Amino acid sequence: MPAAIQTRALRKVYPAPPAPKRRGRAPGPPGQAGGSPASSSAAIGGGREIVALKGLDLDIHEGEFFGLLGPNGAGKTTTIGILTTRVRPTSGSALVGGANVDTDAVRVRQRIGVVPQRPNPDRSLNVLENLLFHAAYFGIHTTVSLPRANALLEQLSIADKAHAKVDEMSGGQQQRLMIARALIHEPHVIFLDEPTVGLDPQTRLSLWDILRQLHGEGRTIVMTTHYMEEADKLCDRIAIVDRGELLELDTPEALKQRAPGGTLVEITVSGEASQVVDRVRSLDGVLRAEAQASTLRVYSDRGGRVISPVIAVVEDGGASVTNISLTEPSLETLFVARTGRKLD
Amino acid sequence: MTAATSTSELHPARASSVFFALLRRDVRVARKELAFFLLRTTMQPLLFLVVFGYLLPKMNFLGKGYQTALLPGILAVSLSLSAIQSVALPMVQDFGWTKEIEDRLLAPVPTGLIAAEKIVAGMIQGVIAAAFVLPIARLVMGPIPALTLSHAGEVLLVGILGSMAFSSLGMWLGTAIAPQQIGLMFSVIIAPMLFFGCAYYPWRGLDVVPVMKYLVLVNPMVYVAEGMRAALTPSVPHMPLSVVGVALLIVVAVFWTLGMRSFHKRAIG
Repeated sequence: MPAAIQTRALRKVYPAPPAPKRRGRAPGPPGQAGGSPASSSAAIGGGREIVALKGLDLDIHEGEFFGLLGPNGAGKTTTIGILTTRVRPTSGSALVGGANVDTDAVRVRQRIGVVPQRPNPDRSLNVLENLLFHAAYFGIHTTVSLPRANALLEQLSIADKAHAKVDEMSGGQQQRLMIARALIHEPHVIFLDEPTVGLDPQTRLSLWDILRQLHGEGRTIVMTTHYMEEADKLCDRIAIVDRGELLELDTPEALKQRAPGGTLVEITVSGEASQVVDRVRSLDGVLRAEAQASTLRVYSDRGGRVISPVIAVVEDGGASVTNISLTEPSLETLFVARTGRKLD
Repeated sequence: MTAATSTSELHPARASSVFFALLRRDVRVARKELAFFLLRTTMQPLLFLVVFGYLLPKMNFLGKGYQTALLPGILAVSLSLSAIQSVALPMVQDFGWTKEIEDRLLAPVPTGLIAAEKIVAGMIQGVIAAAFVLPIARLVMGPIPALTLSHAGEVLLVGILGSMAFSSLGMWLGTAIAPQQIGLMFSVIIAPMLFFGCAYYPWRGLDVVPVMKYLVLVNPMVYVAEGMRAALTPSVPHMPLSVVGVALLIVVAVFWTLGMRSFHKRAIG
């Protein structure tokens, strides 16, 4: 399959954030119009610069529904920012439909539609005008864009709001408007940055249906999310990223098979978990155990039945258990095993 | 449709058609907010006009000649304030909070064209504000013997160049200043520009304070005000129109460059 998107050794380093005493400047890296300021990630050289991406190689196929999964600060928004020509890579290359995002940004913009993390409609225009003007920015005449806009509003169940002010819409409706806007010029590739954050469960499910439909139409979809379930249910392939690096890349099924065996039992103790981890490892039913600060991660082949012996070991060591959680083998357990942290 | 027949790719948008679509958007928004726009940008000069162009001359605190000096200055102030505000305020808001400009930044044209359109839209709004204030000023002040509209072309030229200079400055300030400091922009940059911009007194009047006469030349407002004097009241002493033209062209070039650079910085991270 041909690559719709290709990145090679993609790297982004943001300059040092302003010192706290310069209170006038907005925090975060510059130029992040749309979405949360990127990222994060690992600071080097005593916190001077922020390395958001550390040499990302990705190949996303034509017509693929591709998920970028990772916690806040993983570099997802920066990746989307670069691929949508809004963030300039520090080094490396990124091609969308064969056009270089840095040197041929106009051609890239011609073929993409973008749904931002937070709805950013033009609030000076009404709902329909938002769509018609966006189409006009792509050189599409009203005779073409008006029927298309009406059809999209209908499809997204916001037709009754066509002449409403954007501020009169709920968050979910505004997010649908963003999807309609991203589709009005019938782009080849659609980028969605955390499209369901802050939506109620019902709206989220209906957005999933819309995304499945778009995928069915043969469009390439790139979506960032930090919801495991969302990535699992929608994506053909998922890239797990953390701290600017690609950790895993495969189909959801293959990734789940790669998850460490057993139920993950996470136990928070009152002291240092490392003091008891060796004794926990020797317990029956424990496949693997790791300690990180006050968190004890136990992979059990007996489900929750290892909990009471583990508690006994912890209390024997003079500490107490403050929290317990169980997770079945899943993308989440794979993620925790690879990164040492949870997504949320 | 299939992915292979994306219309936006089959028919790439012409830059000129995108430019006019952006301009149409700004005109649509400005029309919706016309009353607020005029109120916001012309209130201050109109109040000044009432006090210094009507009340004080009527009380005999100021001579009739002062009105002749004041009228072109009031136009310059209205034009500059509206041009600077109609670019700087949306930029501060769009880049600082709402990110609304995002849909325009995704348009398939070079990023500079989006900034250029905004500057042109600001320029048009500056000229409209001046055209709104001129008849009101004439009404409030009564007959001004030296006033002539026989050089309408020159008035328009100064208006366009002056508005362009200040909308470019608005682009620079609006993209370079943090949203929290927008109040500072008015008190530290715009207020001194107004008061030392030879709007409320002619430049030649500063002959009595030579240091100031040459210091104020760094203020672009001086050239707009003096240009208006040269075009509207040519019989009273003023800076030569050729000097005004060259100075405004330089100011436009400098602020345009700074504005474009700053816009790029904000638009592309």
